Amino acid sequence: MNEKVIEVHNLVKKFGSFVANDHLNFDVYKGEIFGFLGANGAGKTTAMKILCGLSAPTSGDVKVAGFDIYKETEKVKRNIGYMSQKFSLYEDLTIAENIRFFSGIYGISPKDRKAKQEILLKNLDIESAKDSLVGSLPLGWKQKLAFSVAIFHDPKIVFLDEPTGGVDPITRRKFWDLIYEASDRGITVFVTTHYMDEAEYCNRVSIMSEGRIEALDTTENLKKQYAAKNMDEVFLKIARNTE
Amino acid sequence: MKQFIGFLRKEFLHIFRDPRTMIIIFGIPVVQLMLFGKVISTDIQNAKIAILDQSHDNITRKITSKLLSSGYFVLGEELLPGEDVESVFRQGKVKMVVTFGPEFEYNLERDGKADVQLLADASDPNTARILTNYASGIISDYVKKEKLQNIQLPDQINVEVRMLYNEGLKSVYMFVPGIMAMILMLISSMMTSISISKEKELGTMEVLLASPLKPIQIVLGKVTPYLLLSFINALTIILLGVFVFGVPIKGSFFLLMGESFLFILMALSLGILISTVAPNQMVAMFISLLGLMLPTILLSGFIFPIQNMPLPLRIVSNILPPRWFIVIIRNIMLKGTGIMYIWKETMVLIFMSFTFIALSIKNFKIRLE
Repeated sequence: MNEKVIEVHNLVKKFGSFVANDHLNFDVYKGEIFGFLGANGAGKTTAMKILCGLSAPTSGDVKVAGFDIYKETEKVKRNIGYMSQKFSLYEDLTIAENIRFFSGIYGISPKDRKAKQEILLKNLDIESAKDSLVGSLPLGWKQKLAFSVAIFHDPKIVFLDEPTGGVDPITRRKFWDLIYEASDRGITVFVTTHYMDEAEYCNRVSIMSEGRIEALDTTENLKKQYAAKNMDEVFLKIARNTE
Repeated sequence: MKQFIGFLRKEFLHIFRDPRTMIIIFGIPVVQLMLFGKVISTDIQNAKIAILDQSHDNITRKITSKLLSSGYFVLGEELLPGEDVESVFRQGKVKMVVTFGPEFEYNLERDGKADVQLLADASDPNTARILTNYASGIISDYVKKEKLQNIQLPDQINVEVRMLYNEGLKSVYMFVPGIMAMILMLISSMMTSISISKEKELGTMEVLLASPLKPIQIVLGKVTPYLLLSFINALTIILLGVFVFGVPIKGSFFLLMGESFLFILMALSLGILISTVAPNQMVAMFISLLGLMLPTILLSGFIFPIQNMPLPLRIVSNILPPRWFIVIIRNIMLKGTGIMYIWKETMVLIFMSFTFIALSIKNFKIRLE
């Protein structure tokens, strides 16, 4: 658990005079499930976009999967998976077509693709729906599928931007089973969320407020530190302190 | 390259799966050409006229039959002397009344002069003008050919009119270039801007940008299918124009296709530019429709002559790409001119393409920051 896959030192991101990320410092270790929490507008999506190479930082040193995000963006991108806030598959393509498209982008050979596709369909128990349009699937299925496609090329890290928006707690729980599976396979999971029950599932969480990281530790330690019963209370206490 | 082919396959799947896109790409061009070519034609056929013949002699009868056999007119009513001419107009039965004065033949033979009156319903001024022009043309033609041979007239100036490049004054000659410009704008600019902003709206653009694909590959991948489809459309419109409507291609076919290709490139870069500005599909569509389609129809010289516009509109028309493209196609197809005479317009299109591409790159970077 000691290999660092994300290293962030003094990351600053400004939009004009507005500071979205104010000197962020944190590391994420291999195989860990890292929760990135914060209220809306706290700067977590901005930080995540920088880590994914979607946006350039104003200053600071950032390494993702061992590569520098300024100079080796291409290599960073090969080694990460990304699932956006909005559901990130093509609804007018079938499941198989989506898989084919995304494995094409990451250069997976057709032979590997077929083998992996079979495993994926079996795991999600959707073999019969292989040729149905993604748009016709229920939301819970779509999200599980989107996650499976995001890690289809076996990235070192997968970034999930509020992946479970709009689904019920049971479906969310099932989704998290997939996340644990991926983590067991050694894939690091970096997830933003504002559902506090989800925060409980993470190994470590960081809580952001107004562009700064206010707290970063395991969920156990945070609860002890803030004398709170659950993450929800931790979150509220931190939010009150910064106001 | 493999990545790129995979991307193209995906794009074509999007296009072929969406009935609305298919209709816009394959239905609209043909329907519009047919509409403009056949229905909304400014040519007049079978207009109803009334004849009021006060002489009923040989010549007036011959002239009447000439008029009616020309294809432009049909006899709606025969009026008797003294009948109220205005009431026929008010009832809307006819568009024009042709009145021959009394003793027409006699006057013509003796004095070389006779009276015909054309009364037209100018509540529709364009039609009225065209009808009277047709009718006076037919009448003077007849008189010149049939009658004046035997009569020696004092010196007079004969004005002879020939309509070069479109002898029959067919309006479809005017519509084919215009529709081509319009359709290519529609498909290239609107469809690309919609398809790119759709990815943004659905969140898949972020996934693509977070993948090893380079932004330029993404943009090229989105644009290439529309480049192909637009080119097929340009060909279809030209072929329909030539084989269905008989519009000639007097100049070089390759030059025509080359200029069309240039125009498509220009429109595609404009589409990319729109997509960098528009946050979602709706906005992209509105910008394309209101900002491009309407000005193209109204101000590009497609239907209304630019020379007749007030100065501010003439200035605006200069920044519309179709305005230049229409000049180019008319020159190549109807006049048969070569690049020597249209290089200025070509340069304008090239300049516009570069401007749009530069602006898109600038905007795209700002978005990524």
